[in-house]
Amino acid sequence: MTLIKLTRILGVLAALLAFAAAAADDRAQPIRVGLTPTFPHDQYRPLESWRLYMERKLQRPVEFVRRDRYIETMDMLRLKKLDFAWICDYPYVQFRKQVRLMAVPVYKGRPYYRSYLIVPATDKSTTSIAQLRNKVFAYTDPYSNTGFLSPRAQLQEAGEDPARFFRNTFFAWSHRRVIESVATGLADGGAVSSHVWDTLSIGKPELMAGVRVASEGSEYGFAPFVARHGVGDQVYRDMQKVLLEMKTDEEGKALLRVLNLDGFIAGDPRVYESTARLIRAVGEK
Amino acid sequence: MKFLFNLSFRYKIPLWGSLLIVTATLAVSAALMAQAYDDLRIDLESSSASLGRTLSKTLFSAMIQQEVWQAFAIIRAPLHEKPGDNPFQPEMILALDQQQRVFVSSHPKAVPMLTDLHQLGDEFASLAQRIAASPDPDAPIVTYSGAQRIYVGVPVAEEGARLGTLVVINSKDVFLPRFRAIAWRSALIGLLVLAVLLPINWYWGQRTVVPLVHLARGIGAVAHRVPPELPLETYAYRDELGQLFEAYGLMVKALQERVLLEQEVIRSERLAMAGKLSAGVAHEINNPLGGMLVALANFKRRYGDDERAQKTVAILERGLTQIRETVSAMLVDAKVKGRNLAPHDLEDVRLLLTGEALHETVAIDIECSLTEPVALPATQVRQILMNLLLNAIHASPSSTKVSCRVYCADGQLRIETSNAGKAINADLMDHLFEPFASDKDEGHGLGLWVTYQIVTQLGGQIAAASQDGLTQFRVTLPIGESHA
Repeated sequence: MTLIKLTRILGVLAALLAFAAAAADDRAQPIRVGLTPTFPHDQYRPLESWRLYMERKLQRPVEFVRRDRYIETMDMLRLKKLDFAWICDYPYVQFRKQVRLMAVPVYKGRPYYRSYLIVPATDKSTTSIAQLRNKVFAYTDPYSNTGFLSPRAQLQEAGEDPARFFRNTFFAWSHRRVIESVATGLADGGAVSSHVWDTLSIGKPELMAGVRVASEGSEYGFAPFVARHGVGDQVYRDMQKVLLEMKTDEEGKALLRVLNLDGFIAGDPRVYESTARLIRAVGEK
Repeated sequence: MKFLFNLSFRYKIPLWGSLLIVTATLAVSAALMAQAYDDLRIDLESSSASLGRTLSKTLFSAMIQQEVWQAFAIIRAPLHEKPGDNPFQPEMILALDQQQRVFVSSHPKAVPMLTDLHQLGDEFASLAQRIAASPDPDAPIVTYSGAQRIYVGVPVAEEGARLGTLVVINSKDVFLPRFRAIAWRSALIGLLVLAVLLPINWYWGQRTVVPLVHLARGIGAVAHRVPPELPLETYAYRDELGQLFEAYGLMVKALQERVLLEQEVIRSERLAMAGKLSAGVAHEINNPLGGMLVALANFKRRYGDDERAQKTVAILERGLTQIRETVSAMLVDAKVKGRNLAPHDLEDVRLLLTGEALHETVAIDIECSLTEPVALPATQVRQILMNLLLNAIHASPSSTKVSCRVYCADGQLRIETSNAGKAINADLMDHLFEPFASDKDEGHGLGLWVTYQIVTQLGGQIAAASQDGLTQFRVTLPIGESHA
């Protein structure tokens, strides 16, 4: 009897120990964060500071996984190869069921951004995408709102068929490369995120000298930070807390300055209603 | 232009030499530059081809996926350096599709996407033709050198499929800085070569030319006079110029000899003329003179008492005797037979001269190596000796010595006299053996003439040499048969 009790107690203890070990093991697993070209994700040093900042705050390793194509990041979320990702509003809305909105960046006081139509600085006349008939146009990514969906919607509004309107189009796979394409003359026009434009205007004025903004599109919800479904609530909250509290400490503020953001707020799906409307309007997928 | 060719060799040789050196230097520099151009072009083509092959492999996947940006990034990658830093960095790279349209270019502003190659100008059009000529996936690399640029076209192909062509374009402008560097180096080397060769050339020219100039002047003077002999060291080599100098020397010698010979002939002729004339005149005078002296002797014998007549006759007799002495002096006849010259004749001559020598306070030294009689007429030889030694004694300043050597050699009797005193002047030297040629106040000036006549008649020769302090006479007489 006593022996049985003792065995039980030992069994519970063992289970507890095993659980603790598992918990400790879980904390040793790195958190994997996907980064996309929705912001200039190829600047290594500032992002490394951000990663270390996150590691310190979360008390566990953080890995940044950079991918150029939105769809690849979405795939990795789906395949659980990522825990969080900073993606574009279009794939967020499109694949809303697969992910969980965590945080939205605040830029110029609001969680919104726009699509800019850009043309070479030498092109003084263009004020609308409808003037670029038979030109070469650079898109960012087929899953980019500001770099693909929004300009196509504008063409449709103007009564044009985006598939035939241009002489040639290509994907540059990042806002920054779209700007480079237009600056070098590879493309006659392109569409980029207003946030990337503004950020690069500060960091890379020599690149921006060759391009100008021909027109600005409507506001859409800013590219959000999402978590894959299945990420533990605790981790989700921890991560969300880290992002939301960045504006409260000096190091976080410095990082926000580099990211050219005011801060992060908790995600609210209503911010993305305009994006959803746009997707429906364009009728893509 | 003719002015240049008329210049003296003194200037012409160095000038031509310099011209040759400059031309050679320029030619070598030009050859170096042409070589450098070729090397550079070949290097450029092979480096472009190698670059093209490397890029075309990665370009294939970008082109097949229509990834414009990726293709752009690939062909931009080699162009990261500033123009001019690397001469092998292409000016532009184009990726062409199968229709020779620009899929993407490294400089989209200059050559936008989808531009037809034919629209880019003649050079691009002929490049397009060349590429179109071999559309196979494994076609060779097309190399085309235009006026401004060098084009290298590499097929973008994989596993038997060709998507297009990668064209690497290099501007020929990159040659310019290289050329400038090579030109600089060539110029410097050329200047160095000139600095070394020009002085050598000038020196050599002068060496060759200065003797030539002497030669030309010498030969130029031949028409007017015998040119001077050139000093031996003027040109001491055995090349053609040296041979020319030798020939010139021989010519000058021959000319001098000819002039001497001519003078000798003239002198001999003159002397022969004078001899004939004087002998003729002497004969003509001698015959009536003998008669006159005989008549005077008869007259003296017959009218010897008349004192006044005696005086007149004596005057006449002295006068005629003097005439006879002079005339007989002129009537030299060496053919008169007499006894042979014996050693004691020289002793006699010494004795005969002793008085005169004492009077003039001059020493006489007669050195005779004869030991036995010689087949020459003693009287005539004695007269020769007497004449020469008397002259010598009279010409010698006091307290000096008159020497005389008499000896036999080579079948000849040789007499050499010498005395101190001032030289016989050149003018007199020319007429020394002519009658009445004398620089002395006393004497009739027939002594040397007579001597000459005797020597000549004996078949010998007489020569005089005189310079300051020493006057010498040399007589050679061939020894004939015994005069018994």
